[in-house]
Amino acid sequence: MAILKVKNLSKNFGKVKAVQGVTFEATEGKVLSLLGPSGCGKTTTLRCIAGFENPDQGEIYLGNRKITPFPPEKRGIGMVFQNYALWPHMTVYGNLAFGLQIKKVPKPEIDKRIKIVLSMVQLDGYESRYPRQMSGGQQQRIAMARALVFEPEIMLLDEPLSNLDAKLREEMRFEFTELQRKLGITAIYVTHDQAEALVISDKIIILDQGKIVQSGSPKEIYSNPKNKFVAGFIAVSTFIDGSVDSFLEGKKNVVVKSDDGFIINGINDNLSIGQRVSVVMRMNTIKFIQNESKVEKNKVNIFRGKIIQSSYLGENIDYKIKLGKWEVRTSVEAKYDFELGDEVTFYLSPEDIIVTREK
Amino acid sequence: MQKSSFRKTIEIIIFSIFIFFLFAPVLSLGIWSVALRWYWPHTLPQKIGFDYWLQALGITKSLTLGAVNVIPAFLLSLGIAIIVVIITMAIAIPAGYSLAKLKIPALLKGIILILFLLPRAFPQQPVFINLMLMFNKIGLTGTVFGVILVHLVVGLVFAVWITASTFSSIPPELEEAARSVGASRLKAFFKVTLPISTPGLIASAVFVFLTSMDEFTGTFFVGIPFVTTLPMTLYSASGSNIQFASVIAILLLIPSILFMIVIQKFLKAEHLGGMGG
Repeated sequence: MAILKVKNLSKNFGKVKAVQGVTFEATEGKVLSLLGPSGCGKTTTLRCIAGFENPDQGEIYLGNRKITPFPPEKRGIGMVFQNYALWPHMTVYGNLAFGLQIKKVPKPEIDKRIKIVLSMVQLDGYESRYPRQMSGGQQQRIAMARALVFEPEIMLLDEPLSNLDAKLREEMRFEFTELQRKLGITAIYVTHDQAEALVISDKIIILDQGKIVQSGSPKEIYSNPKNKFVAGFIAVSTFIDGSVDSFLEGKKNVVVKSDDGFIINGINDNLSIGQRVSVVMRMNTIKFIQNESKVEKNKVNIFRGKIIQSSYLGENIDYKIKLGKWEVRTSVEAKYDFELGDEVTFYLSPEDIIVTREK
Repeated sequence: MQKSSFRKTIEIIIFSIFIFFLFAPVLSLGIWSVALRWYWPHTLPQKIGFDYWLQALGITKSLTLGAVNVIPAFLLSLGIAIIVVIITMAIAIPAGYSLAKLKIPALLKGIILILFLLPRAFPQQPVFINLMLMFNKIGLTGTVFGVILVHLVVGLVFAVWITASTFSSIPPELEEAARSVGASRLKAFFKVTLPISTPGLIASAVFVFLTSMDEFTGTFFVGIPFVTTLPMTLYSASGSNIQFASVIAILLLIPSILFMIVIQKFLKAEHLGGMGG
């Protein structure tokens, strides 16, 4: 059941077309992420849903009501801001009670709800603390609690974890997901971090320059990117441009000839002969061959290149391999020990190779 | 870390010099105000007494040239200052908020702020002489109302700039968060923006108060002959009777010092909140 419907949303700031004709639906109890690079229109879209921006075109529906003409305070939407926006002159209790007091909820009920929500974010007993006395992670959890305490129909989150350090971000991602699943609350989550989106989302919408490029489950976006932009955004990859040469195994596999003559075998995705494509090699799918004599005779996708860069990351090593005019990026276990300038042989399984359209 | 005693001594010396420069003028005024007879080359007054103080406060009748009961002037200055603060803040708070929060094109914003700044951008005497001539035509010279208007013009300059800057330093997300939990724009202003901006607004009010108490040039041109404020009595006395002038100067200092004590209670860090992690 769709809780939120956004239809044909457009918003301009002067000459800048921040959002252009965006249409999507959010399903009840699921997390929908708006993902994209800076300036893609994801935050503007969220702010239009919240009511802080007035769209130039389009309508927004929450449940059965059209909420577009209403100001933010009448939309019944819980919002979590990037820098938490906790009110510094109020205690945690004051921050949480504010919305309930406006709705004239009786004090005993307010006390009860605050206790419950604080327990949900594991901050029991923090009622009389001030925001400045708390760490970033704690403030973030209070910000979430504040958005949930009046039981909104939907929750909007604007890059809520961006201000936290990497380790805390990972922890908070799981906490958020647990909380969301437990409450069954519908959430729209804006982020520029593709790893985050993959972890927390039921559905991802990728935006670029104000338009929706692709929408689908995390798996769909990762494994079947519609074009080069999506493929490159959702994970660090190597792109080799070329065109479709032929098909194999009854059109299940496709043979691509790169612009400088390499033959690559990958998965077909409704392509046609001669079509311009980009071969996507994910960093973790490249396998080195140490002993060439052990290679099977008809194995495909075997390439020889030269190491031009090496980055030690503790658990892994990231190498850049020069292949013709391309630079292949790979991340492997730290058991390899190549030096700059080494000639290496590597292969990829056709099942691991995504072939996608250029645009 | 233990500071070396040398370092400590240097710090004490510098601190003492600082205190000296801060309080020496007041001390000097203090000595002058109780000096009944003090001729060169004596380093301290030959005869000390509170005569001038008593005359200034109207307790004894004025016997010396230039010494009058300044209590009425003091109360008038105080009264004008309070009225000016109230009116100025009533204008500056909405004006500052609008300039800070509403979506006004940058050029227009700049023009409006410059307009408020203009009165102080020119030499004061030509400005006020001109004002006096204009007020004269409409019968405002020599009236308290006219003086209040002058003080308003002077005070608004600071007030609007300070309030606008105070409001724009408050992150808009704080108000937005209030609206997202159901507060109307007005409620968000009163419950969130206003409490947080209190230190800045109080600073603004104090500035206007002190400026009004101290205002001389405009008040002089517009106020005479009927309106006499404390700075004007100080001006008159400084020509004839230094001791008396010192008394008035100290009287003028009192509200300022009292205000300082009051504000520093409000400007505590509690209200200057933090955002994010």
